Amino acid sequence: MSLPAFASLLERLVFTPGRNAKLSLLRQYFASSPDPDRGIGLAALTGELTLRAAKPALVRDLVAERTDPTLLALSHDYVGDFAETVALIWPQREGVNAPPPGLAEVVECMEVTPKAELPAMIAGWLDTLDANGRFALIKLVTGGLRVGVSARLAKTALAEWSGQEVDAIEEVWHGLEPPYRPLFAWLEGQGPRPDPRDAPVFRPLMLAHPLEEADLGTLDPATHRAEWKWDGIRVQLSATAGGQRIWSRGAEDISGSFPEIVEAMDFRAVVDGELLVMRDGEVAPFADLQQRLNRKLVSARMMAQYPVAVRLYDMLFEGEEDLRTLPFDARRARLEDWFARTRPARMDLSEMVPFDSVPQLEEIRAGAREAAIEGLMIKRADSAYVAGRVKGLWWKWKRAPLSVDAVLMYAQRGHGKRSSYYSDYTFGLWRPDGQGGEELVPVGKAYSGYTDQELLWLDRWIRNNTTARFGPVREVEKGLVMEVEFDAAQRSTRHKSGVALRFPRIARIRRDKPAAEADRLDTLERMIVGAAEE
Amino acid sequence: MTAPHPASWMRVTPQGLYCEPGDFFVDPPRAVPRAVITHGHSDHARPDHGAVLATPETLAIMRARLGEDRAGRVQQALAPGEAITRNGVGIRLVPAGHVLGSAQVVLDWQGSRIVISGDYKRRRDPSCAAFEPVPCDVFVTEATFALPVFRHPPAEQEVARLLESVRLFPDRAHLIGVYALGKCQRLIRLLREAGWDRPIWLHGGLMALCALYEELGAKLGDLRPVPMERKRGASGQLAGEIVLAPSGAEATPWVRRLAEPVVCAASGWMRVRQRAKAKGVELPLIVSDHADWAELLQTAEEVQAPEIWVTHGREDALCHALAQRGVRGRALHLVGRGEEDEEPEAAPAAADGA
Repeated sequence: MSLPAFASLLERLVFTPGRNAKLSLLRQYFASSPDPDRGIGLAALTGELTLRAAKPALVRDLVAERTDPTLLALSHDYVGDFAETVALIWPQREGVNAPPPGLAEVVECMEVTPKAELPAMIAGWLDTLDANGRFALIKLVTGGLRVGVSARLAKTALAEWSGQEVDAIEEVWHGLEPPYRPLFAWLEGQGPRPDPRDAPVFRPLMLAHPLEEADLGTLDPATHRAEWKWDGIRVQLSATAGGQRIWSRGAEDISGSFPEIVEAMDFRAVVDGELLVMRDGEVAPFADLQQRLNRKLVSARMMAQYPVAVRLYDMLFEGEEDLRTLPFDARRARLEDWFARTRPARMDLSEMVPFDSVPQLEEIRAGAREAAIEGLMIKRADSAYVAGRVKGLWWKWKRAPLSVDAVLMYAQRGHGKRSSYYSDYTFGLWRPDGQGGEELVPVGKAYSGYTDQELLWLDRWIRNNTTARFGPVREVEKGLVMEVEFDAAQRSTRHKSGVALRFPRIARIRRDKPAAEADRLDTLERMIVGAAEE
Repeated sequence: MTAPHPASWMRVTPQGLYCEPGDFFVDPPRAVPRAVITHGHSDHARPDHGAVLATPETLAIMRARLGEDRAGRVQQALAPGEAITRNGVGIRLVPAGHVLGSAQVVLDWQGSRIVISGDYKRRRDPSCAAFEPVPCDVFVTEATFALPVFRHPPAEQEVARLLESVRLFPDRAHLIGVYALGKCQRLIRLLREAGWDRPIWLHGGLMALCALYEELGAKLGDLRPVPMERKRGASGQLAGEIVLAPSGAEATPWVRRLAEPVVCAASGWMRVRQRAKAKGVELPLIVSDHADWAELLQTAEEVQAPEIWVTHGREDALCHALAQRGVRGRALHLVGRGEEDEEPEAAPAAADGA
């Protein structure tokens, strides 16, 4: 019953919004499915399953042989998705008593079966499955399986199920292959911890705590180091005898999106840094980097238009040598030495920001107005490189947020626990409407920052002041002002207002302020870094 | 003398299907002097008719839903198995298997017979009498799920999936969106049959009809109203329990009474992913009180009618399939029939007074 078990898991994952619920479903799957099926299932979930895919036309032909063309067309029209239509319409044959295939069996047979025999084999499997199973099989064999689960979540479920640390799993993960028998053996206490040897595996990252006012007293120029916090994405570049990988913060392999960086990794080291779009040494706004994210294929034009680079700030391995137990200062020295010798293309060093006192550091932070600077990173000079977010070792100290008073325009119901609350807010600012009057233009969306009490109040206000409904979205009376905080304002051609906000959140509800007195779009435009020069 | 074709004495009018010699309508969408009603769902049983003929259960349901004064000035009960004649038209009511009291209307006139089935299903339903096929000259059918993609799995299997989920998430309440009439009580009966003997918790909008079902002999077990929130913003209650509510309640403040609910819906539409996704359902359960594709075709065959009229739903597909079987299909395009699964959704918050 293994493909059906996997199909049920997929179905529930697709409809389950909550992280904890997803973890429960995954734990249950790993606990109750046998090898090698659960390993294949795990690979399918984490996007690491490669199998020889059948062409969608094969499935199309199979279903055409078995159904009336008019009814098939009407059904496809109604259902929308073709694979789903096939899964639902596939006629159940009487008297089929073969058991449904195992997941591993499907993968293996797809590999070894001659092309001419594929249709009969797939049809035979479809006959043994129910609608859910057929849907999973069709998506699997045509290579169209999409699961709403990150690799990190699947590994977290493995960790919770087995009692091992998720970081310990990460470290061995990328040296392994489906169906991960040694991994499951280790997790179940039946075997040794797999040894990744020289594979370019992900090493768990050291993370920073937000610095609060109260923590300022613990900072000291003698024991702490400061750097700029750049607004890009955190990456770990891992180059070993086994190959080169770019790992995201969530341990996803994003090498494919940045081939020019992979090409520049002609060294043996594991380094930590920020991936940025850079032009002539200047860091571009995050919106530019967004153009490069989540792409499987990158065109030469993309690479030319949005050139990426990595700003390095730490070193975990040099060659085979593990530097993580060294203090920060020693690692930094090793990084600088190594960088001076190696001079890798498309990389530079994150400069240190010297300071003599905490008040001076505050001034430095307040003075940072470059768009791509989010604030400061403050690191203890004597700290080893420790996985996870250990308080007191690394701090992130974001610069003071910007804010505008905006008018609530639309509200949307949230997901999961918040599904009965209008918790996502679209807000706007005033601008001339071209006919001598004023109009509101949406400038952003926020779904955090408020307290539970404020959420209750907002939800009630929205229900009582709705002027129109569009599915889960309500348009409201333009009468409520919210103070919206954000880290930066950037130009954007994708937004009607021409401005995009970084990390907007609701700072407070301004019940005292009439909507007409909310801010105007030009106020926000002046906050765009570099606006004055344009 | 050959018998007249039913089309000559049963006509489609803006007021609905009209029997000319008998001078009455079947399930008319607006108030008429005389109506025969197949079942109590609100798109079939409208208020304020002059005289209403229906099964005793349907009349009781109409009185409960529409109020004593709006369920027909004159109410005449006709039990299945009994027959009456009006102006030479023989009238019988035969179980349709849709909800409690639901009936097909069998009309005979001068040797010609039409059967108006209302809504029906062929699956076993422990909360109402089973459909009985009646051979006829014209069979009038619904076509809610008339596409070959609709094949409802056994309802027992769906209930088993629900109970498995309850075991997997003991810290959460399972909230199932249902229609107040029929689906609610069928699901309760199925749960009882599956061995769930804990209390089943109900939204206020479902209490009245459950009480009526019990009065009419259905055994629903321990049913309790969902208690009020202990205080505003308090953590939810009924973890590990099963709660039924009108569909739509999951989007209202009422739902905050429940511990992190797993939102489920029981409907034939749940077979299509996009439908479930669009409704934000976390656990879709395919439980329908309408005939699926196979049941529609099976019924067409069993009633042996050379001609089938299709009231509402996906009539193109059904007429196409009937033609291939040598049966003449005719789409009636009746006005006022619900597009949706069963009756239109109730306003859940108002019904509860919360």
